[in-house]
Amino acid sequence: MSPVNTLIAKELRCFVVSPVFYVVGAVFLFISGFLAQLMVVNAGQQAIRFLQMQNTYAQLNLNELVFRPIFRSLDIVLIFLLPMLTMRLFAEERKLRTIELLLTSPIGVNEIISAKFMSVLFIYLGLLGLTGLTPIVLSFYSAFNWDPILTGYLGLALQGAFFLACGVLASTLTENQIVAAFLSFGIIIVVWLLGGLGAMLGDTTLGTVISYLSFVEHSDRLIRGLLEAKDIVYYLSGTVLMLFIAHRVVDSHRWQ
Amino acid sequence: MITVHHITKRYGNHVAIENVTFDVKQGEILGFLGPNGAGKTTTMRIITCFMPASEGTVEVAGFDCFEHPQEVKQRIGYLPESPPLYQELTVTEYLTFVGQLKRLPASRVSSRMAHVIEQLGLGTVQHRVIGHLSKGFCQRVGLAQALIHDPPVLILDEPTVGLDPKQIIEIRELIKSLAGSHTLILSTHILSEATAICNRVVIIDRGHIVAEDTPAQLSSRMRQSEKMSLMVKHPSDDWLERLASIPGVLQVVQGATPETSIIECELGQDLREVISQFVVGQGVGLLELKPLSLSLEEVFLKLTQQDEHPTPMKDPSQV
Repeated sequence: MSPVNTLIAKELRCFVVSPVFYVVGAVFLFISGFLAQLMVVNAGQQAIRFLQMQNTYAQLNLNELVFRPIFRSLDIVLIFLLPMLTMRLFAEERKLRTIELLLTSPIGVNEIISAKFMSVLFIYLGLLGLTGLTPIVLSFYSAFNWDPILTGYLGLALQGAFFLACGVLASTLTENQIVAAFLSFGIIIVVWLLGGLGAMLGDTTLGTVISYLSFVEHSDRLIRGLLEAKDIVYYLSGTVLMLFIAHRVVDSHRWQ
Repeated sequence: MITVHHITKRYGNHVAIENVTFDVKQGEILGFLGPNGAGKTTTMRIITCFMPASEGTVEVAGFDCFEHPQEVKQRIGYLPESPPLYQELTVTEYLTFVGQLKRLPASRVSSRMAHVIEQLGLGTVQHRVIGHLSKGFCQRVGLAQALIHDPPVLILDEPTVGLDPKQIIEIRELIKSLAGSHTLILSTHILSEATAICNRVVIIDRGHIVAEDTPAQLSSRMRQSEKMSLMVKHPSDDWLERLASIPGVLQVVQGATPETSIIECELGQDLREVISQFVVGQGVGLLELKPLSLSLEEVFLKLTQQDEHPTPMKDPSQV
């Protein structure tokens, strides 16, 4: 096994024995299940009302009534849950001085960062995959368009990757896990609020640029089923940028 | 094997080590001594490529630490001050992880692991979680971690801290048995440990090397005169004065008991034969006559309690 794979395997091993992982996983799955339940019941009530008013059987748009609100809510839930998964990654290594082992092993800082990021990304994608049960179960009872669901999941995966990269960066900045978690909330929420600032500035060049920097419009397009290269480029470049800064931070600790 | 060439490390305005130069030959055990905060750990961290030096170069096994850090890291086993252990892993999981991290070929991981577990007596705890082990076992797992990939160079930062006396002896024996095939640098503040296992010691104080030599050479070079302890059965009242009258004797003082006396004579003179003949001639009953040498503790204290800017004391052959 190469050192990177070894490190990924070790991180995954540490996740599965960590209570934080189970709490975050349970809360995430509970919220997504609860949201699905709410939206389905709501859609059912709308169907009944529709039937009473028009006295006809109408095909309801489940994409709009169920999946879009679920995706929108999960987007926000991720802001609060994902920093819990990433806070440990570097803060604990520094606190317990195990970072000394990693930095004196024949493995580069870029490999350490990518291994840590990959491991937490696997964990997140696993949890996200489990929420896929909702559309699968619903597909037995009803018909809907799968395309926006797939782009919605792509959006959640990309958004999650970006949040996790912010969390990795925050974790490199401190020895304290709580501080790391709050720092990543801070980074993510600032990026989120840029959307509001952009909207306030309106259709000016600055407004467009600032709106582009926030993930709001990008995730919105993906949730609505629009697959555009610029959104994917946004998430990937944001993720790489955060990991790059994290790399500089870890490297700079060695010089101080 | 290891060449440290004029390295300086600054943290902002604080100078941790300045112009430190020494080398370690293949198969040698170098002891690194110094009071707390003298710069021992900083020097070791620079050699292991954990941090770069502000100035100067370090070469390990022919590879420059700055130019080829991966080559250097692969050849070094490093036990930091606090062993870098993951509390949630078992001993075998941890050692497998470190072995793979150090690019040990997969075919050798299990045989090397069995070997170090045997070497360090970890057999009884190998399947236990590290977080549940006692401090002594943690230290030994830390040592196992440094040895797992069979590196030619070992850097051990206070390897016997936290061990009980029996374990300390075992670990010292282990370290001695590694010399020859391995090159070792170990730091310690236990001076008898350095005397017991090191071929050579470097004493560092406030970031400067103040002495570098074998433990025996160091203590003999710090002497200003030759001292001997003499014990006789029936000393007479004017016994000390009579001893002082021997040609070449500078001073005679009473020892711990009336029977013993400490005789001081000029540096480089061996008066033992003369003194023994004199004592036997006096018929006072010679019981013991032995030369006194400075212990490493005394050397260490002398060197590290000197003035603000200690001048390097080096064997000319070492430069």
